[in-house]
Amino acid sequence: MIHFVVHEEGDSVGTIVVEGMSSNTQMVGWIMEEDKTLNLTTISDIPIGHKVALKDLETGDTIIKYGVDIGRVVAPIKAGEHLHVHNVKTKRW
Amino acid sequence: MIDKKTSFMGYRRENGAVGVRNHVIILPVDDISNAACEAVANNIKGTMALPHPYGRLQFGADLDLHFRTLIGTGSNPNVAAVIVIGIEEGWTKKIVDGIAATGKPVLGYSIEMHGDHDTIMRASRGARELVQHASEIQRQPCKLSDLWVSTKCGESDTTSGCGANPTVGNAFDKLYEMGNTLCFGETTELTGGEQIVAARCRTPEIRDEFMAMFNRYQDVVNKHKTSDLSDSQPTKGNIAGGLTTIEEKALGNIQKIGKKCMVDGVIDKAEKPTGSGLWFMDSSSAAAEMVTLCAASGFAVHFFPTGQGNVVGNPIIPVIKICANPRTVRTMGEHVDVDTSGLLQREMNMDDAGDALLEMLLRTANGRLTAAEALGHREFVLTRLYESA
Repeated sequence: MIHFVVHEEGDSVGTIVVEGMSSNTQMVGWIMEEDKTLNLTTISDIPIGHKVALKDLETGDTIIKYGVDIGRVVAPIKAGEHLHVHNVKTKRW
Repeated sequence: MIDKKTSFMGYRRENGAVGVRNHVIILPVDDISNAACEAVANNIKGTMALPHPYGRLQFGADLDLHFRTLIGTGSNPNVAAVIVIGIEEGWTKKIVDGIAATGKPVLGYSIEMHGDHDTIMRASRGARELVQHASEIQRQPCKLSDLWVSTKCGESDTTSGCGANPTVGNAFDKLYEMGNTLCFGETTELTGGEQIVAARCRTPEIRDEFMAMFNRYQDVVNKHKTSDLSDSQPTKGNIAGGLTTIEEKALGNIQKIGKKCMVDGVIDKAEKPTGSGLWFMDSSSAAAEMVTLCAASGFAVHFFPTGQGNVVGNPIIPVIKICANPRTVRTMGEHVDVDTSGLLQREMNMDDAGDALLEMLLRTANGRLTAAEALGHREFVLTRLYESA
């Protein structure tokens, strides 16, 4: 069972691909590009399609997905925490 | 799955273009001719009216785009014959002449000096003849490589970027190798990934043209925006689906052009490509607008990957929906033609997913109705550039 996918090694985030993921769940993740797996425990509820932080992140850090910059952290995020519009914003517009 | 010999049963039109449907359309030049067009389509079975809200007092580039979109729609190889109805004779004739250049049957009627009753009667007589002509046209073997295929994604979420969009990318890579004519666009939704597209442009000239289009559209956003656009791009649906920023959305979007395709040229909205390969169209990112523009450029089938479940269709081109979000497949299954949710559980690899889409492309080209066609989705949405005169 894959609970989250990561596009490539070095990305800051994974994408939850199962419904009803709750806090304190031990998850199996799949790094698609390198075809490897990793383990991570959630520290918040995360809906399907939403992202989980793979490591601790500080305000001002850059989020990497697909190996590319997708925005900046605006509130500290812990590994296993829900990462979305409440703690990450665009660097454009 | 496919090679250079792969063929399907399609419609080869007078100008050699290959279609997959055999529509007879009743096309209004302007908003006030919709009623007559709908009356004709109601009178004559097997025809379809394409009502829209524009066509009066437009000028300059906006008017050019209006004509290009209507002429392109009538010229699309999925259309066998066309009735054009407009309030005035001049603009009606301009559209009739534009479509007639393809060699297909087209008849025009103007309402002034006649009124709706007489116009509807005359146009119905013409439509009856055209639909009977079209009903005798037979499908014939056509090479798959002659098929023009466009793509645009909608109601995207994070599963689009890792599932549905790379499925289109895999299929595009395979079609590109066959020499198909392909198209993508959505200029603003490349924001954050524009350098990746620029690097895929075949020549420095094409790269400069692409960047000029990209920067022009950024200027439009910067001029009109009242916020960071977080209510519009990503959309509320995108955000509900887990997409956080425009950059993330763009990088998912770009998966649709695969890993091998090069950008062989750029086109303006509703412009026709001049050769095979992958074309970038400077276009809106709104689903119905973009699909309407692709149809007007001559594309015969559309790949539409979705995450949260966009239900868009088009009156003249089949829109094939691809989805990798298991929740959407479960809750909105009637809209999904190709389910690639297995990708996210490692049950399917990208090659399998791309082949599943190509198989659906062949079935659709041979006549299978897409979900959007069966459900009656006929969104015909013209792009406007600015206010009327």
